[in-house]
Amino acid sequence: MRTNKLTKLLIVVTALLAAPVLASAQQMESHIGKVTGHSESGKQLFYRYCWGCHGFRGDGNGENWLPTGSYPYMPYLNIQPRNFVAGTFKCRSTPTGSLPTEQDLYDSLVRGLNNSNMPSWITLTAQNRADLIAFIKTFSARWKNDKPGDPINVPPEPKLTGESIKHGQELYQKLECWKCHGQEGFGDGPSASTLTDSNDQPIRPYNFAVGSRFKCGATNQDLYKIFMTGLDGTPMPSFADVIKPEDAWDLVHFLRTLQVTHKSAELTLWGSTKEGAAQIASRKVSGTPTGSGIKQ
Amino acid sequence: MRTKLGYAAGLAVLAASTIGFAGPSGGSISGKVTYEGTPARQKPIDMSKEPGCAQQHPTPITTETVVVGPGNALQNVVVYISAGAPDESSPPAQPVSITQKGCQYLPHVVPMVVNQELKVVNADANSHNIHPLAKINHEWNKSQPPGTPPFSEKFDKPEFIPVKCNIHPWMHGEFAVLKNSHYAVSGGDGGFSLPNLPPGKYTITAWHESYGEQTQDVTISGNETKTISFVFKAKPY
Repeated sequence: MRTNKLTKLLIVVTALLAAPVLASAQQMESHIGKVTGHSESGKQLFYRYCWGCHGFRGDGNGENWLPTGSYPYMPYLNIQPRNFVAGTFKCRSTPTGSLPTEQDLYDSLVRGLNNSNMPSWITLTAQNRADLIAFIKTFSARWKNDKPGDPINVPPEPKLTGESIKHGQELYQKLECWKCHGQEGFGDGPSASTLTDSNDQPIRPYNFAVGSRFKCGATNQDLYKIFMTGLDGTPMPSFADVIKPEDAWDLVHFLRTLQVTHKSAELTLWGSTKEGAAQIASRKVSGTPTGSGIKQ
Repeated sequence: MRTKLGYAAGLAVLAASTIGFAGPSGGSISGKVTYEGTPARQKPIDMSKEPGCAQQHPTPITTETVVVGPGNALQNVVVYISAGAPDESSPPAQPVSITQKGCQYLPHVVPMVVNQELKVVNADANSHNIHPLAKINHEWNKSQPPGTPPFSEKFDKPEFIPVKCNIHPWMHGEFAVLKNSHYAVSGGDGGFSLPNLPPGKYTITAWHESYGEQTQDVTISGNETKTISFVFKAKPY
């Protein structure tokens, strides 16, 4: 009798333990430089470090996150953790609609996602991170059926000039970046308050005025990639079809001048011109990196 | 004018592909889509944030989640053959198109065949971003500033995909990616017609963005014309 109960308990426990295995029956590998990641090792790490936010099934519904409108609505995280089942990723070097490269995912793990609750996982070993990437790939069939897109070409950055910044400013108007990011880059444009991500959750455009880092990196190259690839799953579209590479660099140079709290070559140069100095002086920094000063 | 051309192109696609499939002398299925009950009242759209678009609509247009006509006609229902017809071996050569005009998608529902070229046109003097919220196909999101030429895309799996513009949150359309060219979208009178069908047993599905889908089995022998009707239950909210 007693053994029977024990057996039953064992069966239940085994079933519970086996569930993650079933969810990821497919074994995956990742290749980051010389390191090869294995999903079975990544699984141990995922169910230690990641699932509280990304969820037991990797669908972004971890216990640390509750969708808007759910009861009680007290989310610890105001940006929903990535849903690995959907297989749509913000930070990519590849065109909109395509899978990121494994290196892109690895870079996100190293860097963390600025203005979200995703920290940098620099504390893990390179092998650990590669293993996690391999495991994350088991959540979506896209990784089996599709290949990552070809990374977009980022040409060498041309010399920074005042004309380049000026032209970038014209593009900011012409391409209507200000509709969401605001005329002064505070993330308070006329459409800002209505934005939702692809899961119908409110989302805020980037506030350039605070901080130096972007969602997907901190360098000029990263900034170039962000608007050329778009951030899939968010309102930020790809401009790859509508901006020529040389124009794209002009836009990068101008966008840097919107980061008035971040000392950059662009800000210094722009501040040394009469027009630029007036513009920068007129900007009163407002809001926080997550745009929490913006009414929604 | 652009819209009319778009419709004409769509009709041409339909005609060309069905002729290729069955010859002009098949049977056909036609009928009407209606609703019963009280459909949700459509709300007028405030476009004051985009004056260029607001000016194009002296009377504000309304949302289009349910568009009805006289006699309880239900418009914008995609009626298609979901079983019984072979999948298209190659997509129709003619593209289908969607035009962004007056901050509205024209037409509101764009049916197309898997891998058929979809042309996206911006006829407005302001930017749009076209963002199909695909779940089965790949989600993408592209900016289209004024004056940029149309771009082409395609979807490689059947799916009903809601389309939105994040800059203008009221803009809403639907892509219907289907397996074959035997489809129709119900018009203002709720009418539809699926011509040029060879004899056979078909499952006809009617899909509406707010009311879901219904199916009916129809058998066609010879050149006969079958008439069927779909009635959707309207919800007042």
